[in-house]
Amino acid sequence: MFLINCPFCGERDQSEFSSGGEAHIVRPKQPTELSDDEWAEYLFMRKNIKGIQFERWNHVHGCRKWFNVVRDTSNDKILSVYKMGEKPPVNYK
Amino acid sequence: MKNKYSVFSLIKNALSQHENWQQAWGNPEPKKEYEAIIVGGGGHGLATAYYLAKKHNLKNIAVLEKGWIGGGNTGRNTTIIRSNYLWDASAGLYDHALKLWENLSQELNYNVMFSQRGVMNLAHNLQDVRDLKRRTHANRLNGIDAVWLNTEEVKKFCPIINISPDIRYPVLGGTLQRRAGTARHDAVAWGYARGASEMGVDIIQNCEVKGIKRNGDRVEGLETTKGFIKTNKIGVVAAGHSSVIANMAGLKLPLESKPLQALVSEPVKPIIDTVVMSNAVHAYISQSDKGELVIGAGTDSYVSYTQRGSHNIVEETLKAILELYPIFSRMKMLRQWGGIVDICPDASPIISKTNIKGLYFNCGWGTGGFKATPGSGDLFAHTIANDEPHKLNAAFNLNRFVSGDLVDEHGAAAVAH
Repeated sequence: MFLINCPFCGERDQSEFSSGGEAHIVRPKQPTELSDDEWAEYLFMRKNIKGIQFERWNHVHGCRKWFNVVRDTSNDKILSVYKMGEKPPVNYK
Repeated sequence: MKNKYSVFSLIKNALSQHENWQQAWGNPEPKKEYEAIIVGGGGHGLATAYYLAKKHNLKNIAVLEKGWIGGGNTGRNTTIIRSNYLWDASAGLYDHALKLWENLSQELNYNVMFSQRGVMNLAHNLQDVRDLKRRTHANRLNGIDAVWLNTEEVKKFCPIINISPDIRYPVLGGTLQRRAGTARHDAVAWGYARGASEMGVDIIQNCEVKGIKRNGDRVEGLETTKGFIKTNKIGVVAAGHSSVIANMAGLKLPLESKPLQALVSEPVKPIIDTVVMSNAVHAYISQSDKGELVIGAGTDSYVSYTQRGSHNIVEETLKAILELYPIFSRMKMLRQWGGIVDICPDASPIISKTNIKGLYFNCGWGTGGFKATPGSGDLFAHTIANDEPHKLNAAFNLNRFVSGDLVDEHGAAAVAH
């Protein structure tokens, strides 16, 4: 349980948000040309990092907007929040 | 067995104030090389080592555990055992485990306190009723005992349930598997550890894996906090940390690790003599032999390795428990904890070879691995020893996420395992 600083609404309880999982998984440009392996990679395979992870969240019980979060999954500390379409902060790579 | 537990050993040791019991398993330093190494000293890992030694005659094996054995999800679950899964592949897998449970205390000469007190799954809406009835029929076709109970029969079987029709999630019926039940979770880990140790398996605690050494497409050994250990076969049974280990070998798995919580109340006199699960409201309850109510909650929605979990999840579970069992309104909760569960997209496990030779994974048990402990160990041992899956775990290969041949147990079986 933690607070998330929604870039549109400010700091709110995590229970107001829903997690959208790993961020920056790019939807394939040509789905018809994908091999089964590439589909599996896109649909199912996840980094599932213990440590600093880039992820998507939705303020589902608030402004209902999507945004990105950098979070340390080993202690749930949020290191950075940035909007959709923005470049991820480089200092956490 | 050189130190067989029996009523006579109990009497003999009682005479010496129980001070002369032998250590149940050894505490060796790692050797330089093993035929096979199991990463993860939980129930599944220890069972794997036990069956490798017992059925496949591999004696030079080790189990590496970063903490203490059974200190992870084995000691954190709500101990529910059942096999009433919908699909044929799952039914085969879980009922194999249930059959092993039925004789496990004798097999291990260790009382795992397996109690077939029945598990009842409640239906709260019309779709639940349809799904659970379908599952009952599917179970029977697979030779798994299952009965459908209407609301009155549910009440008769578990009298403390509130069957009032005007509650938010009214009880419209339920299924019952009488062969299902609970077991003492710690004893399962300890029993397998003792049995494996007896056959020469090295159980090495406080030894964390830091890296996997590869030579091309095959494994050569493990970097650990106790130095490098050579081996040609690595079986990873690391539950919530499976992805972390996979990452060391350059593999990605279809898993997300999330906290799952449970809690127990203060101990009270016997009040509920079965296990009742409700998937729609994510609450399940049983009573331990100590008298505590054991309550399981749902997972958090986000990836986390914190072994804590969010308060609102517990709150929602207890709301549901109170509505179904108003008698518990004054109960005090004593302890709450979390474990990290590795969840597959199809909510079925992976017991599989990988594309790296000598590297095997047993993971993805998600919220319901405890029930499968003996079967999982048996089948994973078979897979490692023969480099081929057993027919019961063939469907649970890693390649199903590429082929699309998923074993989708999400909505079909009980969501809350």
